[in-house]
Amino acid sequence: MRAVELRRGSYVDSVSLMQVSRRVSGLEGVRSAVVAMATDLNLDLAAGLGFEVPPASPNEMLVAVDAASADVLDAALAEVDTALGESARPQASGFGDAPAPVTVRAAAARTQATVALISTPGQYAFADAVDAVDAGLHTMVFSDNVPLEQEVALKDRAAAAGVLVMGPDCGTAVLGGVGLGFANVVRPGPVGIVAASGTGAQQLMTLLDGAGVGVSHCLGVGGRDLSATVAGRSTRQALDLLDEDEATSLVVVVSKPPEPSVAVAVREHAAGLATPVLFALLGPGEPDLTTTAATVVAAAGGTWAAPEHWTGAVGSGRRAGALRGLFAGGTLCDEAMLLASAALGPVRSNIPLDPSWALGDDLASVGHTMIDFGDDRLTRGRPHPMIDGSQRVQRLLAEVEDPTTGVLLLDVVLGLNAAPDPASELAGPLHAATAAGIPVVTSLAGTRDDPQGLREQAARLNEAGAWVFLSNAAAARCAVELTGPSGGDG
Amino acid sequence: MSLGTPSVVVTAGAAMFADALALQGVGVSAVQWQPPAGDPASVAAVMGDPRRAAANARALEAMLGAQAHLVDVLPAAEALGLERGQFLHAGPPVEWERASGPLRGALIGAMLFEGLADSPASAEQALAAGAGVGWEPCHSRGAVGPMAGVVSPSMWMFCLRDEANGTTSWCSLNEGLGKVLRYGAYDEEVLSRLRWMSDVLGPLLQQAVRGQEPVDVRAVISQMVQMGDEGHNRNRAGTLMFLREVLPALIDSGRPSADVAAAVRFVAGNDHFFLNLVMPACKLQTAAAAGIPGSSVVTVMARNGTDFGIQTAGTGDTWFTAPANTPEGLFLGAFGPEDANPDIGDSAITETAGLGGLSMATAPAIVRFVGGAVPDALATTQRMYDITVGENPAFAIPILEFRGAPTGIDVTSVVRSGVLPQINTGMAGRVAGTGQVGAGLVTPPMACFTQALDALAGSVLRS
Repeated sequence: MRAVELRRGSYVDSVSLMQVSRRVSGLEGVRSAVVAMATDLNLDLAAGLGFEVPPASPNEMLVAVDAASADVLDAALAEVDTALGESARPQASGFGDAPAPVTVRAAAARTQATVALISTPGQYAFADAVDAVDAGLHTMVFSDNVPLEQEVALKDRAAAAGVLVMGPDCGTAVLGGVGLGFANVVRPGPVGIVAASGTGAQQLMTLLDGAGVGVSHCLGVGGRDLSATVAGRSTRQALDLLDEDEATSLVVVVSKPPEPSVAVAVREHAAGLATPVLFALLGPGEPDLTTTAATVVAAAGGTWAAPEHWTGAVGSGRRAGALRGLFAGGTLCDEAMLLASAALGPVRSNIPLDPSWALGDDLASVGHTMIDFGDDRLTRGRPHPMIDGSQRVQRLLAEVEDPTTGVLLLDVVLGLNAAPDPASELAGPLHAATAAGIPVVTSLAGTRDDPQGLREQAARLNEAGAWVFLSNAAAARCAVELTGPSGGDG
Repeated sequence: MSLGTPSVVVTAGAAMFADALALQGVGVSAVQWQPPAGDPASVAAVMGDPRRAAANARALEAMLGAQAHLVDVLPAAEALGLERGQFLHAGPPVEWERASGPLRGALIGAMLFEGLADSPASAEQALAAGAGVGWEPCHSRGAVGPMAGVVSPSMWMFCLRDEANGTTSWCSLNEGLGKVLRYGAYDEEVLSRLRWMSDVLGPLLQQAVRGQEPVDVRAVISQMVQMGDEGHNRNRAGTLMFLREVLPALIDSGRPSADVAAAVRFVAGNDHFFLNLVMPACKLQTAAAAGIPGSSVVTVMARNGTDFGIQTAGTGDTWFTAPANTPEGLFLGAFGPEDANPDIGDSAITETAGLGGLSMATAPAIVRFVGGAVPDALATTQRMYDITVGENPAFAIPILEFRGAPTGIDVTSVVRSGVLPQINTGMAGRVAGTGQVGAGLVTPPMACFTQALDALAGSVLRS
């Protein structure tokens, strides 16, 4: 028994709607449920589940439920209403209270805000970010799929206004101890981080925190900031701000290899600052993030010890299989591919190190394969894998079924806004993998103060059969070793 | 701006980020966000237009600097050079075939009043044929007219000057409520009142106004806003203050005391008399912002009973029109929603200038008349600050701690938020000849704003 409704005049963000969908899908007797804004992608999704979808606009909400009986259907629709009611923000109710602001400009005007966090869908994010910049706010743009020319225009506007644009597609920032987006809870300290990579920054700050070295600010600049087109606009702005900042005595720039001409310009800019600047540029022949962390700890006067790991029995089967890496963090995926390809040869990917190593559009694994589930193409219309790991869990189970899979490599990133208990979500598939004789190696980026609990997550993953490393580089090296030189077909 | 630990963060988008900030003890100002109502490419183009912020600031400054003095009262033929057979009307241009009942009724009445027809039927025939008659929007002459807004050459008009900008605006004299020409009624009662207004009231007011310093209409508005008038559906304090301004001169006019008494009784008995002075004052204010390239501020909102039309500072005198909505509210006597005509009149110039529905918070006395409650009025005005570029300190609203009226409706904010300007309005009968049937609230159609935004986006490409 199916019901399909379109509701007008009620917008709810995709993360909240995903939670509503899950809650309703979980009811006894409900075969499937889609509660989502009626974007083309979500309409296709519903159609794929067998619903007859009427024409709709993205401003309408699609509610589609397939239930075993009419009673269950009614109960499910009632549950949709309840869940939506709970996800709605409370409205001002006091006499004469102002209603909730409807634009960023209005929100800024009502408070003493100094920072904005924009996570609206990518095609709209520019307008909201312009509003924030015009209001004089440092602006983090979490949204991805923002056109490149809009990024350049936004950053030029910000430079004129004397504020910083973090992003677009900036997942991580820490401002004076306040975490924005996916951020780990780190101790305060002298290290300022400028990051063109969110998970790269998270790896660095968690390793620093583990070594007792704290962070003043971590300023994300967006993955394209050091490209030829964007030319380091935000990186230079961030360097200047950290140079002026009293709490910062050492700056680290974390990025994938930048456009060479941009790298030269940024290094020249950094050389002119009073604060020393270290560059951690992930690439062939460059130190990995863990090595960089050790360098930073030494420079900050701390004591470095190798990050912890937890291993166990080695799986017995699939000795000739290929290495399969499934990542939530793009930079962690990159780092693992650099280490793996140096030892094993080509690693196919949706974010390949070499264009000839690109996977097909179906992303089917070929030999050694690593997939970044946080890539723009996989997050369009759905939450980031660090929030919703279901896509990766499905792929993990498929890799276990694939007879060519030899070793599995995963990352787990903890911190604010990440899934509340990723280890438990992975436990079942991890058991399945180890039962099939496939060793699983997991990197785990987190701090003792992260809400998920670093040690609890490590223990849970390890109990499920995974070897766990706090260093992503160490995890990748271990996975390469377990794979052996004969794995895969190149 | 230097780095530091933020105490408040503005969030727009996923609610989880706001929650995570709140858990860290950081204040959150969460935007109640929804996808823009218009083309995302147009939104981006106009938001990214480097001219926009400065142009809108200029538009606001121009509006706040405008003046409005009543300098004369005279027939439309003299004031505007309106010739026999020429009429003005409210809203954007409209041809007879698409004209609404009240506009047709008012044009019929004007034909009869001018002696251009001897019966409603022959008037209608001539108007339909366009034989020797024509009509154009009041706004095309810098004038404004409430409801049908029909002006004929013999009707007398207030003439207001903005010396700061060297501009002039005009509006007819208000006839009162009920069966009146502006609501589309044209029977003998209506026509005889119009004749008395031309023969007695107009000349009396002319003599009074010419015989003294120009009345500072803007100063009266400032006071009325603090006395419970929002300047659109409530003009009681303004009307009485205006009477106070001209009464000595009326008494000194030397005209027959019966005429003076009748005029005073007429003005004092019509709480909306001053609306026809608020409107041209608002027109002078918004006209001051016209013609500023790159500005997304609305300079005209007007309706003809069929279409709603807007103009913006950055797009010249181009109308962006869409079918007008029908107001919701309370009805007079036995009238009901089926009797109401779609939204009509140039009186939304008051909202364009920050008064009327935008300043609803200052007029709690009429919230029930337009079908609301006092908290709704306070919330409405506070929401209007979100879609306007600034505040007018001259129109200070006591209940909001003397905050200025929300001024300068911004097309980008309207399209992005989906929040439309709130308009307080009267309701005309759908059928020509009926008159007023009620009053209530209405909003413009969003399509006016999305079209304006597209045009502004086009101007970015050409700039």
